[in-house]
Amino acid sequence: MVTKPESKFTRRGMLKTMAAGTGAIAATSALPGLSGFAQAQSSAPIKIGFQVHRTGIGAAYGRWYNRTTEAAVKRINDMGGINGRPVELVAEDDGTDPKRGAEVVEKFATQHECDIAFGTLFSHVVYGSSPRAGELKLPYFVVSEGHHVASGKLNRYTLQPGITDVKSQVQAMAPFVANNLGKKVTMIFPDFAFGHDHRDFFTAAIEAQGGEVVEHIAIPPTETSFSKYFPRIPRETEVIYHVMVGPAVLTFVKELGEFFGPSSPEIFGFIDSLEAVDIKSPGLEFLEGTYFWEGNPRNAQADQTSHDKAYRAAVGVDDNGASVEDAQDVSTYSHMFGCWETLNIIKRGMETAGYQGPADRAKLIEAVEAMSDMPLSDDHPQGAKRFNGKTHQTFGHQYISKVSDGKLVVEHTTSIEDGLYEDEVDYTTQSF
Amino acid sequence: MTDSQRSQLLHLGVIALLFVAFFVLPTYHVGNLSRIMVLAVYAIGYNFLFGYTGLLSLGHALFFAAGMYGLGLSMELFDLTTAPALMVGLASALIVSAVIGFLALRTSGVSFMIVTLMFAQAGYLTILYFGSYTRGDEGFVIQQADRVLFGLDLSNDTARYFAALVLFSVCFLAVARLVQSPFGRTLVAIRENEERARMLGYNTVAHKLKAVVISGTIAGVAGAAYALLFGYAGATFATVQYSIFPLLWVLLGGAGTTIGPLIGVIFMFYLIDLSSDITSAYMLIAGVVLVLLTLFAPQGLAGELRKRVFKWMP
Repeated sequence: MVTKPESKFTRRGMLKTMAAGTGAIAATSALPGLSGFAQAQSSAPIKIGFQVHRTGIGAAYGRWYNRTTEAAVKRINDMGGINGRPVELVAEDDGTDPKRGAEVVEKFATQHECDIAFGTLFSHVVYGSSPRAGELKLPYFVVSEGHHVASGKLNRYTLQPGITDVKSQVQAMAPFVANNLGKKVTMIFPDFAFGHDHRDFFTAAIEAQGGEVVEHIAIPPTETSFSKYFPRIPRETEVIYHVMVGPAVLTFVKELGEFFGPSSPEIFGFIDSLEAVDIKSPGLEFLEGTYFWEGNPRNAQADQTSHDKAYRAAVGVDDNGASVEDAQDVSTYSHMFGCWETLNIIKRGMETAGYQGPADRAKLIEAVEAMSDMPLSDDHPQGAKRFNGKTHQTFGHQYISKVSDGKLVVEHTTSIEDGLYEDEVDYTTQSF
Repeated sequence: MTDSQRSQLLHLGVIALLFVAFFVLPTYHVGNLSRIMVLAVYAIGYNFLFGYTGLLSLGHALFFAAGMYGLGLSMELFDLTTAPALMVGLASALIVSAVIGFLALRTSGVSFMIVTLMFAQAGYLTILYFGSYTRGDEGFVIQQADRVLFGLDLSNDTARYFAALVLFSVCFLAVARLVQSPFGRTLVAIRENEERARMLGYNTVAHKLKAVVISGTIAGVAGAAYALLFGYAGATFATVQYSIFPLLWVLLGGAGTTIGPLIGVIFMFYLIDLSSDITSAYMLIAGVVLVLLTLFAPQGLAGELRKRVFKWMP
């Protein structure tokens, strides 16, 4: 188990030694000031460092993560804040870059003196930032859907309580695909870590359902034209499983449509392919009748809950999943709810821990680790969750939608149990 | 006081300043300086090839990544401890730079630039291709327990700062010494006029190859140190962006000056850090400042200082 050895050779220690001569006098005169600060601190805002992808490849997600986060913080403040203190967001752009991500985490902890850091989406930024958060003992709540947290590769200070991870999502899809669409699957995925996660987890999951992946087609990340890969799709394929991301997604989907024409196998994709993209965009007509995983249904459904309605209104999203101010500005609805839910979990955790300041960070983590079932509510509008305190990862419902008349209509909702898997780590055994 | 003594005083003064900075600067800036010193080592390596030898490479990210992955993968896959892993990182960068140098030096000028860029891109795609081992673009964390060197826990802020300072000082002083040596003077002669250097009897190809290897190895050491001190190795560091960074740092700081790389990294780091507090379009501010500097201080900050005030500056 990874534990950090306590070093006696610290900057603070050295400074203390050097200042020993004058320290006593200074402390005597500073005491009234110190108690004054403590008093002020109790009503001072709780500072949440928001690591946001404003620029770089994650910018489209970052824009909506920002809107959701601001809406959630406003709601929390309108309800009286946390432990009677207002919440202040300190947003810093990480450029969707792991190096800058780590620098931003450092800035939160040592310059802005934030209580926690929050909000990272892209996995490589989480990997780059998490070690520094652990060293700085800064609770780091990510909204990434990567398997990194539950895999045990990070540390006790990194948690993902507001969004499910890719392993759980993919695993939960397999029963529906095998039972409703077909058992012989061809997977088309980007040839980098995100795609490899899909390849590995789904291949195992579909085999467990009695199906098989008949062909894995990995697309290099620099590819801009996809037609040449499609002849590799075996004739026996019953289902195509695709999960492309990035700027070439539209081209990919259009070329897939041109390749198959009117007769194609069943097509199942992850909405990651089309997050922030209008499904009615020219060239995407062939998606009609195909299926998508959705983390949270983009289109308001016939049985929409009051919680989704309230959440949508607060963030400013219309019934089609676009901004209420601009119908062309389509949201990243399947992911951004994670910001909303994570902030509500942080609030609950701080209240349970009686959080007063950075000295209570360990208590906050223990309070979140102690959480388990979270019912569907205004705090959790996507659906009920089950948090695993040992793996620092939440589990929840997934949605499978069919494109009908240009809208995503939910066909199936998975159970929480569909996405559960064996623990791969127990972070609670690590020391603070 | 001779120019040589002045130079030595300057170099030791810079190191002393960095030492004192640890005790007087706020915690945030101390953390930043740790990163800056490691990145400055990368820039020092780049400057050796670009500033002193006149070879403009756009593929140094490959050498940085070779050091980073040499260390990271030997720990991750073969459970090597820190010291041997560091040596593997260094050796990886040395071998990769020797091979790339051998092939790329068949070209010169713009072709050299393009060939190094292509090799670096191939290296980046190789990291992605072997994603099962490298975890591709996501990269992997080097656990705290593995980051202990000679009993020092390098995830501790103090140990990290002084490890970075020692590494920086060694590279800084060694390169400052090297560029004043007959070998370094020959490289400058090649930079100024390769034909003339060859006519004087120097084997310019061998000299340039040595320069690529030294430069690439220093870049690789910086990559290994970055992974070790900050606990992460990832393919982002092999992208073309990370080949362009050292070029910018060196151009800003002053190519062919010993303190230019450090000044360039500090300037660029704080330019982005401070402008990002003002606007989300901080890269625009950075871009405008870079254009202005290129227009009005084409020799970089240290280069201009040398030209206008301190003519003895190395």
